[in-house]
Amino acid sequence: MIGLSHYLAVAAALFTIGVFGIFVNRKNVIVILMSVELILLAVNINLVAFSSFLGDLVGQIFAMFVLTVAAAEAAVGLAILVVYFRNRGNIAVEDLNLMKG
Amino acid sequence: MIAVAAFYILSAIAIASAFMVVVARNPVHSVLFLILTFFTSAGLFVLLGAEFLAMLLIVVYVGAVAVLFLFVVMMLDIDFAELKAGFFTYLPFGGLIALILFGQFVMVGGAWIEKSVSAEAIAAPTPAAAAVTNAEAIGRILYTDYIFLFQSAGIILFIAMVGAIALTLRHRDGIRRQNVTAQVGRTREGGVEMTDPKPGEGVVL
Repeated sequence: MIGLSHYLAVAAALFTIGVFGIFVNRKNVIVILMSVELILLAVNINLVAFSSFLGDLVGQIFAMFVLTVAAAEAAVGLAILVVYFRNRGNIAVEDLNLMKG
Repeated sequence: MIAVAAFYILSAIAIASAFMVVVARNPVHSVLFLILTFFTSAGLFVLLGAEFLAMLLIVVYVGAVAVLFLFVVMMLDIDFAELKAGFFTYLPFGGLIALILFGQFVMVGGAWIEKSVSAEAIAAPTPAAAAVTNAEAIGRILYTDYIFLFQSAGIILFIAMVGAIALTLRHRDGIRRQNVTAQVGRTREGGVEMTDPKPGEGVVL
């Protein structure tokens, strides 16, 4: 029988792959954004699994809000990416020094 | 039995395709593997009894976010081979970090004891699936107890929309665009000319 820990294991694996993706694709900001989406998906799986196994619907409500924030984050991130590409002609995040931060 | 098999198949595909997202050479393939990951995760949500969230995942992620990624990847003219160059340089460090993180997850999982939660600790008990559908049960608490969170989610989306438009909108000079004032301000005198052409000659404008 599939228990809560099986779902948590899947979510942990997805989360780890997302963090791994951020580190190995340090130059490609598009794949970094996709890795962030993977991390948020892992969090969603955790929330829904706990919601289902504890019999509490609030986890699914929160998963919906995580979904909302993920969509907003992707939209704004890709908009910044497009503007950056328009100004610089590439998307290499390593030489992001326009703001001297 | 079918549910167990479905869980293992779906989670194996989800993890494999998530791995392909981060290692794929071509970002278009990455986006397509991301879509596959979302589809299989929606399948996991259905197994968990969260059908509404599964459909939402497909509509929002596959329908909006992944298509947005696909647009950007295909629209920008980027040399992706150059961006992929440092992959093997960062592989040991990234692998080490991932290994440490996963080890921590395993340690947390080992120390974790599953206990049943007391009934009064549950904020919104899930109604029996036979009586109320998942979407209706979510709607009952989303529009009552969590209405302010729901509204603020709408505000977040609105601000994101305004921000994305404000960032990417640009006014270019030197191109012809519609001038509504001039259009509405046209008069009969300026717009219509009466001529009396002779047969076979036509009109000189």
